Amino acid sequence: MPKMTFENHIMKQFDEELEEIRTQLMEMGGKVEQQLKNAIKAVIKADSSLAEEVIRDERLVDEMEVDIDEACILIIARRQPAASDLRFVMMVTKAVNDLERIGDEAKKIANHAIILSEQDSLSQGYKEVRHLGSSVSAMLANALDAFARFDVKAAMSTLEEDAQIDLDYKTALRELVTYMMEDPRSISRAINILWVVRSLERIGDHSKNLCEQIVYVVKGKDIRHQ
Amino acid sequence: MSEAKTAPQKTIDVSSQSKQDLQVDVKQATVGVPFCENPKMSMRNVNVFYGDKQAIHDVSVDIAKNEVIAMIGPSGCGKSTFLRTLNRMNDTVDTCKVSGNIQLDSDDIYQKGLDVVELRARVGMVFQKPNPFPKSIFENIAYGPKIHGLADSRVDLDEIVEESLKKAGLWAEVKERLHQPGTGLSGGQQQRLCIARAIAVSPEVILMDEPCSALDPIATAKIEELIEELSQNFTIAIVTHSMQQAARVSNRTAYFHLGKLIEVNPTEQVFTMPEHQLTEAYITGRFG
Repeated sequence: MPKMTFENHIMKQFDEELEEIRTQLMEMGGKVEQQLKNAIKAVIKADSSLAEEVIRDERLVDEMEVDIDEACILIIARRQPAASDLRFVMMVTKAVNDLERIGDEAKKIANHAIILSEQDSLSQGYKEVRHLGSSVSAMLANALDAFARFDVKAAMSTLEEDAQIDLDYKTALRELVTYMMEDPRSISRAINILWVVRSLERIGDHSKNLCEQIVYVVKGKDIRHQ
Repeated sequence: MSEAKTAPQKTIDVSSQSKQDLQVDVKQATVGVPFCENPKMSMRNVNVFYGDKQAIHDVSVDIAKNEVIAMIGPSGCGKSTFLRTLNRMNDTVDTCKVSGNIQLDSDDIYQKGLDVVELRARVGMVFQKPNPFPKSIFENIAYGPKIHGLADSRVDLDEIVEESLKKAGLWAEVKERLHQPGTGLSGGQQQRLCIARAIAVSPEVILMDEPCSALDPIATAKIEELIEELSQNFTIAIVTHSMQQAARVSNRTAYFHLGKLIEVNPTEQVFTMPEHQLTEAYITGRFG
């Protein structure tokens, strides 16, 4: 079993560079997690100023993505990492991509939150957003946690949460269709909610990708598409 | 997520890595896939001693036909010593003793009465420093075929020289000056001349002992390209200090450590997911 540690390279500088991209990735993860929480809150509380904050934060996340990618490319060019180091650097470039996409989805949710806050204050759809939002937030948090500890077991169990999220997503869709049939005036609003739950479902998928990458970096096994 | 805000931990996995993990268990067998069906060369329980000092411990491995196998490991790990046992170059060292079984096809190469000169025609060698004979380019290559009686006439010899130089990718550069001294070529050209000299006697196996360590990156790339081409007709075992070179040219990689063969696996696996902790430590640059 390989052990994930960034110590003991003959080149100490290499240890530091790997540690640096790990720290940066964790920071980016923390930022994105906060973005998601705020976006969900903005929808539920009809808080358009919080939604605007999420949209502003998107730029920060984009900058982090570019910085981390650049650091990875530099490591590949200068150090020619191999084995666990190589898997780690490749994993980071992919994880950064997933985190950035999660940030994008959070921004989309925030956009819909603004639109929703300007519409009638009907409560239909909040239940679905709250329910799906809390399980997706938990999944993302668990995925980032598993990454912080390179914990394959935690990654594997987090990965399985995605199936339930997909199921909840379908249930939410059915509920929304029911609202629309019952009261055609709710259609415009329900469609906005629908986009929100759709984004949440996508964030679940990206969190799943993160978990798969943890398994790859630790075990060297590619478990995607299985 | 609290981890993002706290100071990063240095060691991440639950199982902590200690220095003991990097010790070698002499009794432990080689991990990975050291053996193959219908090997070109087959080594079993090979031990090599220099006087009282044991340099190679119980190494068993096969080399497949037309395969490029790279041998890597820290200085003094025995990789060059092992390579040299494969065509009995160690015979020239008085204190050196080899035990175990080494077969080329079905022939035991250490059997009594075996013609070592004949063996070295079948198992050629290219050394770290280019060592052309102080003769013309033509003579460098013609020498082997002449003493092994491979050429019946001057025309045959011309053909062998041209063919060998072409295979070594040197023909275009030297065809106008075949009768000038081989030592007048650049380092990279000299090394390709040595490879041409090795293939002139139609060997079955070519052993290369750090063939690029004295060459610049361009000359190195040319030799590596050549290794790729040669592997279609020859079986190649290469010892290299450059892990990137092993990764680029070989089909399988063998990792030696303190005279033990630790791991043999397909090269793509060794450089992405090595099986043994020691291999991992070496190729990620963690050996102190």
